[in-house]
Formats: sequence, structure tokens, C-alpha cells
Amino acid sequence: MEHVATPDAGSVIALAWLIPVIPAISAGLLLLFGKRLGTLAAPIAIAAITASFGLSVAVFTALNAADPEARTFVVNVATWLQVGSLSVDWKLLIDPLTAVMLLLVTGVGALIHLYSVGYMHGDERYSRFFAYLNLFAASMLVLVLGESLLTLFVGWELVGLCSYLLIGFWFERRDYAGAAKKAFVTNRVGDVGFMLAMFVTFAAVGSLSFSDVLPASGLATGTVTAIGLLLLVGAVGKSAQIPLYVWLPDAMAGPTPVSALIHAATMVTAGVYLIARMSPLYLQVPDVGMVVAWVGALTALVAALIACVQNDLKKILAYSTVSQLGYMFIAVGAGAYTAGVFHLLTHGAFKALLFLAAGSVMHAMHEETNVWKMGGLRKAMPITFVTSLIGWLAIAGLPPLSGYFSKEEILAAASERSGMLPVYFIGLAVAGLTAFYMTRWFVLIFLGKPRYDHSGPHALHPHESPWTMWVPLAVLSVAAAGAGLLNTSAEGGWLHGWLEHSVAGFHAAVHPIGHSTLIALALSVGALGILAAFVRYVRREPQAEGAVARFPGYQRLAFNKFYVDELYQLAIVKPGRMLADGLAVIDRRGIDGAVNGVARGTAGLATVGRRLQTGFVRSYAFAILVGAVLIAALFIVGAGVGNGWIG
Amino acid sequence: MTVPVGYYLILAAALFTIGLVGVLVRRNMIVMFMCIELMLNSVNLTLVAFSRIHGNLNGQIMSFFVMVVAAAEVTVGLALIINLFRLRSSVDADDVRSLRS
Repeated sequence: MEHVATPDAGSVIALAWLIPVIPAISAGLLLLFGKRLGTLAAPIAIAAITASFGLSVAVFTALNAADPEARTFVVNVATWLQVGSLSVDWKLLIDPLTAVMLLLVTGVGALIHLYSVGYMHGDERYSRFFAYLNLFAASMLVLVLGESLLTLFVGWELVGLCSYLLIGFWFERRDYAGAAKKAFVTNRVGDVGFMLAMFVTFAAVGSLSFSDVLPASGLATGTVTAIGLLLLVGAVGKSAQIPLYVWLPDAMAGPTPVSALIHAATMVTAGVYLIARMSPLYLQVPDVGMVVAWVGALTALVAALIACVQNDLKKILAYSTVSQLGYMFIAVGAGAYTAGVFHLLTHGAFKALLFLAAGSVMHAMHEETNVWKMGGLRKAMPITFVTSLIGWLAIAGLPPLSGYFSKEEILAAASERSGMLPVYFIGLAVAGLTAFYMTRWFVLIFLGKPRYDHSGPHALHPHESPWTMWVPLAVLSVAAAGAGLLNTSAEGGWLHGWLEHSVAGFHAAVHPIGHSTLIALALSVGALGILAAFVRYVRREPQAEGAVARFPGYQRLAFNKFYVDELYQLAIVKPGRMLADGLAVIDRRGIDGAVNGVARGTAGLATVGRRLQTGFVRSYAFAILVGAVLIAALFIVGAGVGNGWIG
Repeated sequence: MTVPVGYYLILAAALFTIGLVGVLVRRNMIVMFMCIELMLNSVNLTLVAFSRIHGNLNGQIMSFFVMVVAAAEVTVGLALIINLFRLRSSVDADDVRSLRS
């Protein structure tokens, strides 16, 4: 965070605040007037996100033109709070890391917007869907542009809200609404960590602004460790890592473009971004980095194992995302922040591609999601087939596609950090598993003979999707294929130089394995995975694995996602529900009882009291007389006692 | 020769009691009203009598105040009674109880 500059007024960087504001305004318009706009909602939303994309490109170009040493700009947009000497501002931080995130969010976001035109065609809440998409993009842009932990947190929370709204978009289905709630609540657990991290930071530094926090000189190691671990809790929640990954696979309940948006461009990348952004802090505490890497490695392994036996085409991709995010955590944990961001970008391209392709397939198959009821779709959907092929090979790590480069860099970084050799081997195993389950996914959908009903009276006739859906696929497949060129080698790639002043650099500690051996190992493991899947699912004509009962022990365990959901149900949800039930009784009997009791007591007193109100003037007069006599008697007796006449 | 003050007080008490009993037992509002006047005037009599005993004018001044207030009270009260009569064609106090549910 050295050389922080304020951009000249009127320059494109000074206008960067428009990037999140434009889609936010569009979202507001669509929410207010969506019903009247009808199908006009889509062009408005697309125009808004495209404008943001254009601005992002302009910002990127402006940064690129600037001196490499002076590419960090802070824009003060407005003052939020001014209390005494404390001033909280809406400030934007524009530096190389932000710039690439902006391009990813707006670029992939715009393609997903376009795709949704075809995918959501005819939905009754068409305009609202686009409003939410816009809002989602705007929130993520606030997140990546924020100059302080607080501004980042605003975007962070908005992203959580938008994911809730979009996952539960078809809230008429009870389980979908449940999935939305699960995502929201699970994220909230992570948010507690984030907030605590902010509290600790503020107590230690007296500010949440990155330009004050990130130099981080003179902070006690204990404080930095605490901040690092607490931020990790937040990142684990948002980026779906163990133990908070459970919401992401369920997030499939949302429409497919939403899945693509959550998995590729927004939301889950936030955790990795956060750790990369805080890299100067993490650099001081390598032990915390070790924790990050182990969380990533375990998540990658568990999710990859689960992905190998799932039957739902979107669930496979969801667990794949969890697993790939684990990869990114390995990278940032090992201190290779550039590699982490690199994988974030390439994964953003090929995972968006794969999800949109899955949506295209579902569209053609009338919302069928079971891969065992597909097969042989290559002829019916040639564009989806070719683009999926690229996405599959990219994620499987086949050179020269993008996934190969980014995974290679992460594995190399893990091997070169002392004490992380086990993590490296887990990563290697996951690379093989990834190749296996993605091949399985691809083969079962596109190759072989059709296993769906293709001749009967209710036969399906899959067909290619409309242009609004395949154009994004085509663009993304180009990105998925070529994104690797961003950083062809860990030391000298373009991205490496670009991010040099944004994130901490990586310094290899040990070289236990030669670089060419590393590449050979990774490639052969990937090839092994692809081969195994081919042998299993192509050579032998695939039979449905559907009947879970036939699975041997391990597969059943993985098919049931290692019973983690059930464990959480038992350990957290059930006790929580019991506690709530108990408190409900106290509420109903105790608190409501007291209130109702007071009301009932008043009513009872009133029933007695109203008898006094006879309505006869003379009885009132009599009461007055009695009262007067009593008072008089009191005075007389009192006077008598006082003067000694009585008693 | 002067009448002892005790006689005045006895007369005033008798008048007050007649008025009180009248208010309590009669239902005709006009009669009740006259009884109230009777009570007020019995009090006036008491005030004047005590004024005489103490040899100052406080009580007499007070009785003037009572008369003024009583005059005002009569105008308001009679107006009420007349309006009630127009409304219900009756001056029976027990008929006026519509506030009771």
C-alpha cells in the first residue's frame, strides 16, 4: 500500500464510483417499475452491467497506462459518518487487484445477464430476476472497490442478501426457500468472524481503512494472528470452505444463471479476495497461512470425493466449485497470492462456462438434472457440446487451457513452502479426482447413447439453445481456453507483474521437487483421472449408479456427502430448535401470560367496578353524602383527639 | 333582646336536612333542584350566624359569593333540565341513565 494517490478530478478513475452505482440504480428502477417494463427489464439490466464493464475496462486501461509504482488510487466518494475526530468515509480503492476483480465481476456478470434473457424467458418474475442480478453485481463491486474493511463489509453483507434473494428466487418451493435460508444463516456464521476481526483491527489500529491497516507495522503478533484467524472464519463462510461449505451445494436451488454468478463472478470469490487483499497482514503470520492452506486442502479433498459420486449435473459442479475454492485457499495459505487470484480468474471463466452449459443442457432436457438420464447430447447441442468440452478440459488441467496454468502454479507454491508437502500431495490427488469427476460429468451428458426417452410418445427432443444463451457460452469458452496466458509462469507472467504492488509476493522456501517433475506429476495424475473415468463410463456402457444400495461403503458415504448435513442437523439445528421451543414456551406462558394476566385482572376489576355505576343520580348523591359524613366525622374525631376531648 | 346563636344553627341544620332528604328521595329534577337551593341557603344562614358571633364580615362576604354561584348554577341547571325535558318529555332523574350500557 505504498504510493497511494488521489486521482485527478474528471479522470476515469475518479469516476470509478459509477461502476457499482449504475447497476444499483438499474436494480432500483427495475424493482420499482418492473411490472410495467415487462420484457424491457432485460435490456435495461444488460445495459447497466455493460456500462459498468465498459467503465471497468476504462479504469483498467488507465491503470495500465500509469506508472507501475503508482497504480494505487483512493477515491473519496462521500462522508458516511462524522463523529468527533472519527470520520468514516465511502472511499474506493482502485489498484491492480481491484481492477482485475472488476473485470471479472462485470465481464462474467454481463455475459450471465445476457444468458438469463433466454434462460428466464417467460418467468413470471422476469423483471425482478434482472433487478436482483443487477443488485448482486453492484454489491460485489462495492465489495471489491471498498477502501476499508467496513466498506468491504457493506458489499459483503449485500452479497449475502442477494444470494438469499436469488437462491430462493422460486420460493414457492419449500426446499428452495430452505436452501436460501441455509445459505444466509451459514454466511452469517462467517460474518461474525469478520465482524470480530474488524473490532480487533479497530481496537489495535484505530482505523479500518486499508491504507492504515495494511502497513500493519508495530502490531503484536498475537493481534495479527487473531485478525488473520477471524478473517479466515469470514472467508470460510463466504467462500464455502470446511466447515461452512454446506450452503453452496444447496444453492443450486436458484436458477442456473444465479449458480453461475455465485460460483464464478461473485460471492464465493469474496473470501479469496479478502485474504489476498489482506496479504501484507497474513505475510507476518505464516502459521495462520498454514491453517488457511490446510482448510483449503481438506475442503478440496472432501468436496472432490463427494463430486465423484453425485448424480445431479449442477451438484457435481457445485462440489467442484467448493473443491476449486479449496485450491485457491491452498494458494493464498502458501503465500502465493498471485496464484490464488490467478486461479480465481481462470476458475471464474471455466466455471461460469460449465454452469451456463449445464443450464443450456437443462433447458433442452426440460429441467432434467440427473446425468444418468442424459447421454449422447453432442449431436443435438453442438455448441453446448464444444464449449463444454473446452470447459471440461480447462478444469481438468489439460495444457494449454487456463486451468492447467493456474493449478500448476498453486501446486508448485504448495510444494515450495516448507512444511506444506502433505498439502501438496492432497492437492495433487485432488487434481486427479477433479479430472475424474469432470470427465464423468462430460461423458455422461454428451457422449454415449441417449439414456433419456427419445422415441416414445413423450419423447424429449433436445435442441440447441437460443443465441442469447450460446453467445455467452462461446465468449466464456474463449476466456476459459485463453485465460492461462495471463500468467504463463509463476515468476515472469503478466499477472505476476500486474499484481506486484497489490498483494504480497511469493518467495519459495524449499525446492523439494524440480519444476519439470512437478508438471509431469500433475499432468500424469490428471491424465490418470481422465483415463479412469473413460474406462469406467465410456468403454463399459454406463449403467445407472442410481441405486445407492448397490454402492460399496465408501461410495455410499460420499454419495451422502459424508453425512455432514445430517451431523449439523443433529449437532446444531436440533438443539437450536429445542432451545427455541423451550423459549417459545417461556414466551407464551411467562411473558405473554403476564401481559394477558394484567389485562384479565383489569377486566375483572372493571366488572366489579361497573356495578357501582348505577346511573341513578340519587344513589350518587347518597354516596356523596356518605362520603361527606365520613370526612366530617374524621375531622371531628381528629379534632377531639387533638384537643384531648376524646380518648 | 337577641336570639341565641344556637337557634340559627338548629334552623340551618333543619333546612339542610330537609334539602338533603329531598335530593335523595325525590325523583323530580325540579324539586331536587329546589332542595339543592335550600341546602345552599341553609349554609348561607350558618355563615351569617357565625359572622355575627365572631364580629367580622368574612362569613357575610362568603354568603354573597355562594349566592352568586348559586344564581349561575340555577341558570345552567334549569337550562339542562329544560333541554332534557325536550329530549325525553320527562323530568324524572331516574330516566336519565343512558350512559349505563
